[in-house]
Amino acid sequence: MAKNNMEKFGYTISKGRQIDYESNDRRIADYIFEREPSFRLCIECGGCSATCTTGNLTKFSLRELHILIKRGENDQVMNNLRKCMLCGKCTLVCPRGVNTRNIVVLAKQAFQKSGEYAI
Amino acid sequence: MSKHVVVIGGGVAGMEAAGQLSKYGFEVSLVEKEKTTGGHLNDWHKLFPDRRSSTEVKEYLDGIILNKGINVLTNTTIEKFNKNRNTFSITTSGGTEMTADAVIVATGFELFRSSRKEEYGYGIYDNVITSSDLEEMFRNDRILMSNGDVPSTIGIVHCVGSRDEKVGNLYCSKLCCVTAVKQAIEIREHLPQSKVFCFYMDMRMGGAHYEELYREAQEEWGVSFIRGKVSEAGETIHNRLVIKVEDTLAGRPLKMELDLLVLMAGMEMSDGGKKIAVSAGLNTGDNRFFAATDNHYGSNRSNIDGIFYAGTCTAPMNITETISHARAAVSEVMDYLNDGKK
Repeated sequence: MAKNNMEKFGYTISKGRQIDYESNDRRIADYIFEREPSFRLCIECGGCSATCTTGNLTKFSLRELHILIKRGENDQVMNNLRKCMLCGKCTLVCPRGVNTRNIVVLAKQAFQKSGEYAI
Repeated sequence: MSKHVVVIGGGVAGMEAAGQLSKYGFEVSLVEKEKTTGGHLNDWHKLFPDRRSSTEVKEYLDGIILNKGINVLTNTTIEKFNKNRNTFSITTSGGTEMTADAVIVATGFELFRSSRKEEYGYGIYDNVITSSDLEEMFRNDRILMSNGDVPSTIGIVHCVGSRDEKVGNLYCSKLCCVTAVKQAIEIREHLPQSKVFCFYMDMRMGGAHYEELYREAQEEWGVSFIRGKVSEAGETIHNRLVIKVEDTLAGRPLKMELDLLVLMAGMEMSDGGKKIAVSAGLNTGDNRFFAATDNHYGSNRSNIDGIFYAGTCTAPMNITETISHARAAVSEVMDYLNDGKK
């Protein structure tokens, strides 16, 4: 009852926007770093996102996804990961030679292996 | 008898080195493959950061080499290069045989061939040009599209052929960022109605007065800077250029139509330098430029006694650095020839 009243007044509890680096789980990132060392080379130029078909049609940014993986923002990563069609255009564009496509593949693998996340 | 020094390359570094050597009483031969000396200065209209005319620097360099008894061989390349016990035997394309007591290699750089980045459409779309093409337009005071119209929206792409594993160049060419800023200002100066957008990965404003020029571009000339690497250029059905980039600070892909796209071509080791490297047995690095023996105190020294480097044949450098490097090379030559090493 009390809860409903609160909702009527428009009060909600906002989830913090801050990235809590200490408490975030970065095992997905570690899994990828181990198997695709080029993951370290990203300089956030956005070439991948510029050429990405998915990113041009939906709210998906591969560049942002990489950063979110590295920061351990796994819920957001999981929600976005499935949007990638694995076409590999991003890999053709990357000036740093990051195997961007493989990073998506490995992220999916990592989530599958981790019991805590279902994908 | 005065010692003979051969300087290979008649650009900024070679001219400065030749002039200084001559001043100190050496007999100097300056070998240049083109029909005139001056190197890339001949292709540039104005210079960063102060936008002075390139001819002023050219005049200074001409002043130190002309009528100084320097043997200037233009339209000439090196055909044979042999090291003897204490000297070098050099045969030029003109058939001249020279004996040198020391050699300064100043073969400089070449601009990255932008057609190698096919996705930017240089050589495919007429309105995609390079920084060098734009300088020619400035010189002729005609900044026009291929159909003769005045462009109103102009894009500038940084890092074309630099910092790009796909073309095998991992290094930063260092001068393209400030060239982009300079050219953006000049476009606005020539075409006050135009809009100019620079697409960059990082703004590397490391030289003296560069950062101030960057600020001036924003403050006084209204140049827009968008952080993101252009992934490709194409054409609309109306034959207007269209580029794709991620505006990484907005976090969204961006599409923009442009009248003119200017590619900031990076710097690469010159073909002439590569040939000398092979014929003389000089070491080159992973970036294909000549590898000096020490990064800190030996940037003019080569792996062969008596051969020294000057300027951009070792790494991208601006004119100020090139001239300093050439003077340092002369000082190394003097140490070498006076040291009793030979």
